[in-house]
Amino acid sequence: MNAVVEKASWDEAYNFAYLDEQTKRMIRRALLKAVAIPGYQVPFGGREMPLAYGWGTGGMQVTASVIGPSDTLKVIDQGADDTTNAVSIRRFFKRVAGVATTEATEEASVIQTRHRIPEKPLKEGQVLVYQVPQPEPLRKLEPRETETRKMHGYAEYGLMHVRLYEDISRFGHIATTYSYPVMVNGRYVMSPSPIPKFDNPKMENNPAIQLFGAGREKRIYAIPPYTSVKSLDFDDHPFEVQRWPQACALCGARDSYLDEVVLDDKGGRMFVCSDTHFCADRQEKGHRGPMAADPAAGAFARSSDTSARKEGER
Amino acid sequence: MNDGNATLAAPDMEGLKPGFTEPVFEAQEAFRTVLNTLSYAGRVHTLETELDPPAPLDPAMAAMALTLFDFDTPVWLDAAIADGAAPDFLRFHCGAPLVAAEGEARFAVVANLSKMPPLDRFAIGEDRYPDRSATLLIQVPSLTGGPAMTWRGPGIDGAITVAIAGLPADFWAQWADNHALYPLGVDVIFAAGRALVGLPRGIQVEG
Ligand SMILES: [Zn+2]
Repeated sequence: MNAVVEKASWDEAYNFAYLDEQTKRMIRRALLKAVAIPGYQVPFGGREMPLAYGWGTGGMQVTASVIGPSDTLKVIDQGADDTTNAVSIRRFFKRVAGVATTEATEEASVIQTRHRIPEKPLKEGQVLVYQVPQPEPLRKLEPRETETRKMHGYAEYGLMHVRLYEDISRFGHIATTYSYPVMVNGRYVMSPSPIPKFDNPKMENNPAIQLFGAGREKRIYAIPPYTSVKSLDFDDHPFEVQRWPQACALCGARDSYLDEVVLDDKGGRMFVCSDTHFCADRQEKGHRGPMAADPAAGAFARSSDTSARKEGER
Repeated sequence: MNDGNATLAAPDMEGLKPGFTEPVFEAQEAFRTVLNTLSYAGRVHTLETELDPPAPLDPAMAAMALTLFDFDTPVWLDAAIADGAAPDFLRFHCGAPLVAAEGEARFAVVANLSKMPPLDRFAIGEDRYPDRSATLLIQVPSLTGGPAMTWRGPGIDGAITVAIAGLPADFWAQWADNHALYPLGVDVIFAAGRALVGLPRGIQVEG
């Protein structure tokens, strides 16, 4: 303990990890109840973070209450370590907590994420903190908090199934691809945050601790390790993840989540891993995709500004 | 909560044992251990703490109190703890209000297992707010020397054998009733010395 404390160095204009101790205690107590009731949204009070909502304040409050001087932090935004959002959150914790940071999933003890679960399987003891813009999976169906509380309280989830089934009658399949609702430990319907449904199966029986923070709505929820997490579906329309006909253009991976990237204004495009560290790690180990030798693709791969590339996609 | 060094020796505080030396870091480290303890239910976790709390509190019990209690958390103490120097220690270092009624407590601190109140005297939460339930910190003589039981549920990869010692004969029958209330119910953390085992409400226990 003392060796770590002596090593700890941060901007001492702030309390360690920015939040005051009373706020941390309150969030910590909420986290313990969240772990004891998997998938249930625990309300918490507490103080504002120095970032606008939408920048992951809920995730940051959770990270700030969990993190210590001996932690190594990774921050990803849509799979990438180097978007503006990820960089600013990483910088923030470097400054207010002096923690080591990394882009390598396997080296991180705490990973804060927006919109993805890393491709590399997580390990016991790792903590994955999700930034959650809207924690209530029933909100689109029922705007009143008093009603959604009741629905969760009595496990009245018929409406949710009706909505998914309406998708099937309109589109022939469930059209929801992000924030695809899950049933946790057979009891609570939970929003996985806006991760692609491709990532949903990774939540189940994961050895790591998964914590979710919603700043605006002030809710915390959790999935403890080795917990049942089922994506809602129907016998005649079982849950399926997205698949791509092609491999990653840069690293050749066939089992990762791919983003479509525009390479030039003549319609040149390619599909690459959204998890930038996973992709770079594979390329370093000698894996090559079909466009690894293409100059435009190579320029893209060398570009450090992934956020520009993400913007380009939209 | 006194977040500074707990060496202030007001005259009436003579004999008061110190709390954390580095409250920010020791609370963080203890919290992570408690988070792991409740997340990986049934496994023994050990706190690296140098706390020397008043009898009968073990270091792990005191570390959890200093980490989680404050003026927002009504705390119930059993008679074995309420009789000694522990109440002053908890009041001074945590600022937690001590309550006489089990049902009002957010946390319960139990050391005398033979006189432990039944679990159903504590708050189990409400349908819409199952988090408004008590967490019981129960000090036991050993986390490994008791009768072997099989635990299953969230946080456990399949099943785990756990052997908590010293519990009342009907404790596991009470626990079955508590588990049946899921998602309502109390959560338990057992402590012995510096070690902890978590038993959240979702865990099913069989002999
Ligand atoms: Zn790739």
